[in-house]
Amino acid sequence: MNAPKDTGNPSSLRLVLTLAIAGLVSGVAIIGIYESTLPTITANKARELREAVFKVLPGVSQMQALVHRDGELVVVEVPDKNEPVIYGGHDEQGDFVGYAMPAAGPGFQDTIAILYGYKPGEKIVVGMEVLESRETPGLGDKIYKDAEFVGGFSSLSVEPEILAVKNGTKSQPNEIDAITGATISSKAVVRIINEAHAAWSAQLPAPGFEPQLIATEPADTEAER
Amino acid sequence: MKKNQSQEEFIKGIWRDNPVFVQVLGMCPMLAVTNSAINAVAMGMATFFVLVGSSFLVSTFRHLIPKQVRISCFIIIIATFVTIADYTLLALVPKVHTELGAFIPLIVANCLILGRQEAFASRYPTKLAVMDAMGMASGFLLALLSLGAVREILGDGALFGVNLFGENFEPWIIMILPPGGFLTLGVILLFFNWFKFKKDEFLEDVAAAQRNEN
Repeated sequence: MNAPKDTGNPSSLRLVLTLAIAGLVSGVAIIGIYESTLPTITANKARELREAVFKVLPGVSQMQALVHRDGELVVVEVPDKNEPVIYGGHDEQGDFVGYAMPAAGPGFQDTIAILYGYKPGEKIVVGMEVLESRETPGLGDKIYKDAEFVGGFSSLSVEPEILAVKNGTKSQPNEIDAITGATISSKAVVRIINEAHAAWSAQLPAPGFEPQLIATEPADTEAER
Repeated sequence: MKKNQSQEEFIKGIWRDNPVFVQVLGMCPMLAVTNSAINAVAMGMATFFVLVGSSFLVSTFRHLIPKQVRISCFIIIIATFVTIADYTLLALVPKVHTELGAFIPLIVANCLILGRQEAFASRYPTKLAVMDAMGMASGFLLALLSLGAVREILGDGALFGVNLFGENFEPWIIMILPPGGFLTLGVILLFFNWFKFKKDEFLEDVAAAQRNEN
């Protein structure tokens, strides 16, 4: 039909130049959109993390990031990339309440990433929030949609380890009712917590010697004004 | 005359040449992200933005792009718009972005978009190209929405997250799983083909009747 009319073959230089210019303009546009959306995206992620931490640790109103360096837990402002980080939760008075521990592991479909609240004094899990999952809609996604299952993590002993049992047969403080029809996903969440607990328990300081709250975060003071 | 033509280009994408139900293009996002109406709308809007944006640029610069490198140029243009859509969704509606996951970057590979650049935008004036893109993208959006709505209502008892039937509704879970996409699409395609068949039959009858009269 009436395709672009060319008089003979254009020179290679013209082809190279066309692609170079297109690539350059495209690059500039992408940098522009990246730079202009980055603050919003970072703020969204930080807000989501804060909300998740406050959710899994009831009674917490302040948090700080903790990493394990040279045999002890230290407070960091911005953790290094790829460095395992946990969050210390403190109440209004600045007293330590518990840790919020991110953990991840294989689920039924893909990696499940969760955050769970842990009180080292009583050795119990006090809350669990699924941050990322691709579990089957309608079945496996009950690990975060089923209020009963999520509620089961509100007081769960980690000693000797958490066990997922058939729905309705929970009898011990370290047992949780698995979801009917989503046993694999339920067990995956339990396994993720057990593995994270095993990995971290040696690195946490003895109860009562947790890192002190260092600084009140600016977001809190702003909210109080 | 001119106005009629641009209207025509717009409407053909919605019904006669609907990219999904008639041309059967863009099946990958069609089946993958239509498990709820809101995901379908987000995907449709992102595709709309990418398709209209790329058609506008491709048509505007159609005399400057040498035909030997046209496909590469189209892909650069499309990929740029997809990246813009990706970051915008991530910033504005992070929840929806998480649900759509890898399918936003995969808009680049949607054959509907590259197909329109090659078949239409690179050959026609900007105004017609934009009308054509808007029509095709609206047709795609409507198709996604009709699949998403059917699947969400049957599979989840809700529409746009609003519960429709109350507690006693037993969701037909398979509808929001991948097989539900194939089932729903199959039924809709069946309807479209039946409709076309009936229409052709009717036109033949009319023609035969006219011949008999003569």
